[in-house]
Amino acid sequence: MKALVTVMPKPSVLDPQGAAAAEAMRHLGLDAIGRVRIGKVVEIELPAGADEARLHEIARDLLSNPVIEDYSLEVVK
Amino acid sequence: MKFAVVRFPGSNCDQDCVAAINALAGASADYVWHKDSSLEGFDAVVLPGGFSYGDYLRCGAIARFSPVMKSVKAFAAAGGPVIGICNGFQILCESGLLPGALVRNRGLHFVCEHVFLRTERTDSKFTNAIAPGQILNIPVAHGEGCYFADDETLAALNRNGQILLRYSDALGEITDASNPNGSRENIAGIRNEAGNVFGLMPHPERACDPLLGSTDGLVVFQSLIGKC
Repeated sequence: MKALVTVMPKPSVLDPQGAAAAEAMRHLGLDAIGRVRIGKVVEIELPAGADEARLHEIARDLLSNPVIEDYSLEVVK
Repeated sequence: MKFAVVRFPGSNCDQDCVAAINALAGASADYVWHKDSSLEGFDAVVLPGGFSYGDYLRCGAIARFSPVMKSVKAFAAAGGPVIGICNGFQILCESGLLPGALVRNRGLHFVCEHVFLRTERTDSKFTNAIAPGQILNIPVAHGEGCYFADDETLAALNRNGQILLRYSDALGEITDASNPNGSRENIAGIRNEAGNVFGLMPHPERACDPLLGSTDGLVVFQSLIGKC
């Protein structure tokens, strides 16, 4: 099985990468876009039956920083 | 007074810190490897700048789990003084020893330049050697130095007098133009509520010799010497 952890900057945090990418998209003619935010996805290979609660702890304590980021966890069987 | 300068894999300002401290009267410094767990015999701890663990994941995110950090936390909890410079500041925030976080610079550029700093209070462990009104000229060198804290945290920092340094112009005015990275309220350095943990993005150790263009960084180390 696999776990996918998606980490996104909180809406209140300045995301200059997203702003720069949005500017480039507008420059390419995609005018009608709103805010663009850039996060990351962490893909973890796991043995079957891995402890999901433990995965949440790792996602919260290591893979994201709750001061500036939110995460979501998806387990793919 | 004996300083421990912690070396993580990827630290690169450790030698500058040791050299700057060893040049001061009444102080000496020695390296502590990140896998060591004892800070026995040291009076102060410095987490130096650099790119610990290649800045992978987030700056300071992996260093936070190094074995030595348990000892640094215990040392800080017992009231021992801890200074985190640049990547060291990021590690202190990641480990929860200081509030807030350091994120990508507003302009996306790595900034490497001398900046001016206004000292917000000179009665702290880390700033007492600074003359009231003295504007410091110290370099910064970082890509992720934009200080972020939510409104509530920011209000608490102001209320408790935890903000020690702000980016300013040469006259000490806090302006947007003098903010090199987009930090909230031009914050360059903060301390914890107890007053014994200090983190700053500028590099005082790179401003400790006339050959380097400024000796204004000396005051940060001098403030600590003899006061603990």
